[in-house]
Amino acid sequence: MTEEKRTIVRVVGVTKVFKMGKVALQALKGVDLEVHAGEYLSIMGPSGSGKSTLFNMIGGLDKPTEGKVFIDEVDISQLDAYELAWLRNRKIGYIFQTFNLIPVMTALENVTLPMTFAGMNNDDARDKGVELLKLVGLGDRFQHKPLELSGGQQQRVAVARSLANDPSIVLADEPTGNLDLSTGEEIIALLQMLSQERGVTIISATHDYKMLNVSDRVVWVRDGLVDRIEKREELDITVGGIGEKLAGTRHEEERA
Amino acid sequence: MNTPGSARNKPEGGVDRLISLPFSKSLEISFKSLKVRFFRSLITISSLMLAVSFLSFVLINLDIATGLLKHGGREAARALLQAGYDVNLADGSVAMSAKERWIVILSLLVCTVGIINAQLMSVTERFSEIGVMKCLGALDSMILRLFMLEAAMQGLIGATAGAILGCFFSLLSGAARFGFTSWGDLSWLSALGSIGIATLAGCLLSLIGVLYPALLAAKMEPINAMRSEH
Repeated sequence: MTEEKRTIVRVVGVTKVFKMGKVALQALKGVDLEVHAGEYLSIMGPSGSGKSTLFNMIGGLDKPTEGKVFIDEVDISQLDAYELAWLRNRKIGYIFQTFNLIPVMTALENVTLPMTFAGMNNDDARDKGVELLKLVGLGDRFQHKPLELSGGQQQRVAVARSLANDPSIVLADEPTGNLDLSTGEEIIALLQMLSQERGVTIISATHDYKMLNVSDRVVWVRDGLVDRIEKREELDITVGGIGEKLAGTRHEEERA
Repeated sequence: MNTPGSARNKPEGGVDRLISLPFSKSLEISFKSLKVRFFRSLITISSLMLAVSFLSFVLINLDIATGLLKHGGREAARALLQAGYDVNLADGSVAMSAKERWIVILSLLVCTVGIINAQLMSVTERFSEIGVMKCLGALDSMILRLFMLEAAMQGLIGATAGAILGCFFSLLSGAARFGFTSWGDLSWLSALGSIGIATLAGCLLSLIGVLYPALLAAKMEPINAMRSEH
């Protein structure tokens, strides 16, 4: 753990204000965060904490009101629409809570679509798509449409799609949110395998406490600020505390 | 917001930075989208078909009347006048009556509004799909192209079917009103021209109808597209 780590995402003094009618809502109040290459980072926090907003900033889906977000040392607020599209295509892989595969395409076509956007020729894209689907354990089902696959299988396709162009980071937004317990665990195991064996940087926003065990670091977000950042070693020691945190979160949600 | 076109001349990274979607692939995607929403497209197509078939019906009726006038002389002119055509004996041409013209224009307008409505629904239905495409790196122009291609295909199918249908009924009604001699007098070249005009007009309407919904879809920020489920 002592070797030099490359910073892949750098969030500097980011604030975000949403205008909802006449009321201005400050979702983020100045967040600093660094994500290292190859690490598995979880962003945790109750709903309304600014977790999703922070997550969307890192993914280049939203721009900060103040502050800067660097991905691979590129300030994403400086990018125009075309460069942003390129960034989303090559540097970031997205995994969504609701899978969001394109329903008219087969599993394989879903995986190869980002490669087509990137200008890869059909044969290469097909080979790589099949290889990625095998990697996520769906080698024999690549001709199926999303609706012919179970939730867990759809999410596997989504994981394969997120890796299509060998991105610098993979963003997983509540990847287990729509899955049952055991399927969720399978997806978590898959993400962990990718992180450990392929060195993929994974950033996930989640409510799921199963994710804590596989995360290298956990960022707790509360009221638009980073509450604390814990490493896995520290987490293991405070396992008993997690239950309390969970209970605390529940209380807060009830009050809200 | 920058248009994708303005960024294309950025030199850094060169070809490596290009995001592309080959035309054949866009065609394939739009075709599949149509096929999956077969019933929905059928409704859009049929509304277009009705309007175009009416246009084609009126145009070919005129062709038939012109043919009759050319071969039948004064007697045919009287029959045509009785049937409600505006006959100009001096240059031997037959024109639509003003009322008929308005009905044709109105029917085309109503059809365009119907297409806009149907396409807006189709865009709303596909918000998250468009959002995902954008997250995967799709450019505004690609989304626009996909929708335009879909509309062009719908237009081509609906307009062709409509034009042929209109021609068929026009020939039937010509035979019923003036006898089968009207077919012999008809200049088939001008009938073919009328079918062509009607088809073209139908395709054009379909493209005009999809323009606003497609622009709406293309301009959408991916974050808004994804937010609908949070």
